[in-house]
Amino acid sequence: MSKTINIARYNPQTDSRPQLQAFQVESDNSTSVLDALLQVQQQDPSLGFRWSCRMAICGSCGVMVNGIPKLGCKTFLRDYPDELTVSALAHFNVEKDLIVDMQPFLTHLAAVKPYLINDDQSSQPHRQTPAQLAKYQQFANCINCGLCYSACPQFGLNPEFLGPAAITLAQRYNLDSRDAGKTARMPELNSKNGVWGCTFVGFCSEVCPKKVDPAAAVNQGKVASAGDFIISMFKP
Amino acid sequence: MQQLQQDIIVVGGGGAGLRAAIAAAETSPTLQVALLSKVYPMRSHTVAAEGGAAAVTLEQDSLAAHFQDTVSGSDWLAEQDVVEYFVKHAYQELVQLERWGCPWSRKADGSIQVRRFGGMKTERTWFAADKTGFHILHTLFQTSLKYPTITRFDEYFVIDLLVVEQQIAGVLAICFSTGELVQILGKAVILATGGAGRVFHYNTNGGIVTGDGMALAYRHGVALRDMEFVQYHPTGLPGSGILITEACRGEGGILLNKDGYRYLQDYGLGPETPAGQPKNKYMELGPRDKLSQAFWQQQQRGLTADYHGHAVVYLDLRHLGEAHLASRLPFICELAKSYVNIDPATAPIPIRPAVHYTMGGILTDINCQTSISGLFAVGECASVGLHGANRLGSNSLSELLVFGKVAGEQAAARVQKMSLAPVSAVAAQCQHQQTYISSLFADSCDDTVHAIRTELTLAMEQGCGIYRDNAGLQTCLSTLQALKIRYQQLKVTDNSKAYNSALLQHLELGFGLDVADTICRSALARTESRGAHQRLDEGMTQRNDSDFLKHSLAICQPDGTAAISWQSVTITSLPPAERHYGAKGSGSAGSSV
Ligand SMILES: Cc1cc2nc3c(=O)[nH]c(=O)nc-3n(C[C@H](O)[C@H](O)[C@H](O)COP(=O)(O)OP(=O)(O)OC[C@H]3O[C@@H](n4cnc5c(N)ncnc54)[C@H](O)[C@@H]3O)c2cc1C
Ligand code: FES
Repeated sequence: MSKTINIARYNPQTDSRPQLQAFQVESDNSTSVLDALLQVQQQDPSLGFRWSCRMAICGSCGVMVNGIPKLGCKTFLRDYPDELTVSALAHFNVEKDLIVDMQPFLTHLAAVKPYLINDDQSSQPHRQTPAQLAKYQQFANCINCGLCYSACPQFGLNPEFLGPAAITLAQRYNLDSRDAGKTARMPELNSKNGVWGCTFVGFCSEVCPKKVDPAAAVNQGKVASAGDFIISMFKP
Repeated sequence: MQQLQQDIIVVGGGGAGLRAAIAAAETSPTLQVALLSKVYPMRSHTVAAEGGAAAVTLEQDSLAAHFQDTVSGSDWLAEQDVVEYFVKHAYQELVQLERWGCPWSRKADGSIQVRRFGGMKTERTWFAADKTGFHILHTLFQTSLKYPTITRFDEYFVIDLLVVEQQIAGVLAICFSTGELVQILGKAVILATGGAGRVFHYNTNGGIVTGDGMALAYRHGVALRDMEFVQYHPTGLPGSGILITEACRGEGGILLNKDGYRYLQDYGLGPETPAGQPKNKYMELGPRDKLSQAFWQQQQRGLTADYHGHAVVYLDLRHLGEAHLASRLPFICELAKSYVNIDPATAPIPIRPAVHYTMGGILTDINCQTSISGLFAVGECASVGLHGANRLGSNSLSELLVFGKVAGEQAAARVQKMSLAPVSAVAAQCQHQQTYISSLFADSCDDTVHAIRTELTLAMEQGCGIYRDNAGLQTCLSTLQALKIRYQQLKVTDNSKAYNSALLQHLELGFGLDVADTICRSALARTESRGAHQRLDEGMTQRNDSDFLKHSLAICQPDGTAAISWQSVTITSLPPAERHYGAKGSGSAGSSV
């Protein structure tokens, strides 16, 4: 059957702001929003959007569907009525049509030193029990799609806020039994743009397509940060 | 045109490119390393690998056994010195990833857990749940952030290599966000651009896997080796081609035809093993080429089922139980639920073969060096000689690491003693490309990238599929020639500067057409059957070592088509023998020596 998809179009060379344009697409039981966008691109090759894996693992295809952040390839037309609206991810600068500037997101990720920090030099693998792995495993499943930033009202107000994914990544390493870098990461998490920027709305975890639960990571980060603060009070 | 200078330029931010960039940065902290990628590195298709990475790990395993499995899996077309190097270094590379934080799955005592994989005699595949490639890629990407000398150029699309008198001088790229051409001079260039699966209609690859790097090197005279060998994966989802990992079968999944019969026993892979008790090299754990061929045979006999117009068989996981599926194959459960609306705990998954991997690629020596001095290639875009006529699952992720490191170190060693080519030496080439790009734009055009690409991928599926014959290949070739002529008339109608994906798709299609031509012509020239290349023509259905125990080389002619020549195979210790699987395999030279 045929459905209407309204797409927020924006060409920086000619438009002052995005405007909706309607297209008709054919839809069956397995048609994803990404499939629909690819159909539209056949009608109008100038439509800009990102995608690659079409299997919800590369994190390229985040868009707003009826105002909610979604992965285009994991959102199906079968779940919407005859008409739906697709626009660029909120809280990022729109560059063209559905393409946003992801640079702030990447800068925040890099800021939390997202790699193992330790000084042992062995050439053998660490031991890590399944229980130790389970402590951080969920937080290691983030695909960097940025949906949680579009869901986060704080990031919308203050783009300097590290945001859910970066804090989750910091937690992922802080909780890893092989890591000794927590002290190097905490200053960033403790800062005004760190964990305390979060007002615990929790929408980030709701929109996460991989059930990473960034809100839980942020909350754990707050506990760790409060601990840091208390320890610092008792230090001379 | 913007001009930049770097020491080493890595093209590609997948597993191979990131590993190479880190190796180069570690070799010498004074070298400037540029990492260019047409997508953000973590979007690269390495992210989609599910199953795992191979290395000899258990006591009862041996380097000789991994060597043997790889060589016999390759149908004796692997370079045996390369395989020796590979099996020797794979373990240390997987450990290196562990030391960088990769969340490998563990045994209760905290040591690394290994699993079975098709074509491997014993358990030697490391995995990180069923998201191995994802975790490898993110670990490498995050680790790369530690090195201040690595400068990333995200969303830069390379359109040409700069070559001066058979020496590499740099690359020419389009900056996606601005549309500007950028010239980057460098003393070494490492191509790590991935495979070319998207030139086929049904494939497990992401949209970006379009063979760009292969075509870039080929157009400058570098040979593409063994291009006729294209691996079909036996278990892709119908329609989308999304991969259902082989690990499902390693865990004990079984394949059924429309009558619920385990048909693999009819094709030399039996006797039937009990459901849920997989045995290496038997039945569902036979090699991929044999499994895909068995599907084709079933289809010919009318024993496949229909799923929305696609011929399918079934992968049955129900006997493994919901809890086991949730802990060992969570991603697969998620994919099946999303994309075919099926819960594997309660219903079998419809699947069919889809193109998965390009065994062939840019010819390199064991040091990843190509025939252009200073130009290296590594990963799926390259043919270092590991896979021959058929790749074993889980060898390629390890390959990215082992040879990514080699490429990075070799490039670093080379540039210490080199200086950059003068800008004047590449000026004409850059000007030429600039003019070419400008000439591509027009207000309207009757033809489209989409139309040509669809015809290309269908022609390849028809002519260069699981089984091939002379007539089909000839038809494919003439279709390709006609499409190339249409491509020359094709215009880009979107003339915006920023984020012009129409322009990039246009250029990708051009790369794909060149690569397709090399696949088809190599397949025509190899008038025998070996590994993933199976001919139906009379007298060609068997392996023919006296005439074809050699690599094909596709070399670009002035008219843009490929001429095929041949290169001998390096055989160090394992002379050619028959490839046997199932019961036959247990006593044969191929698998027991
Ligand atoms: C679904 C799936 C599952 C798999 N599972 C396994 C498995 O379990 N085990 C295993 O061993 N192997 C597996 N493989 C194979 C393996 O994952 C790939 O061979 C491997 O990841 C390729 O890595 P790469 O670094 O060579 O290329 P890629 O990861 O594809 O990266 C290519 C890079 O090149 C860049 N690039 C390409 N063209 C250009 C250009 N023109 N300009 C700039 N940049 C460019 C891209 O942006 C990208 O960064 C699987 C493959 C698929 C498709
Ligand atoms: S296209 Fe990769 S996540 Fe959607």
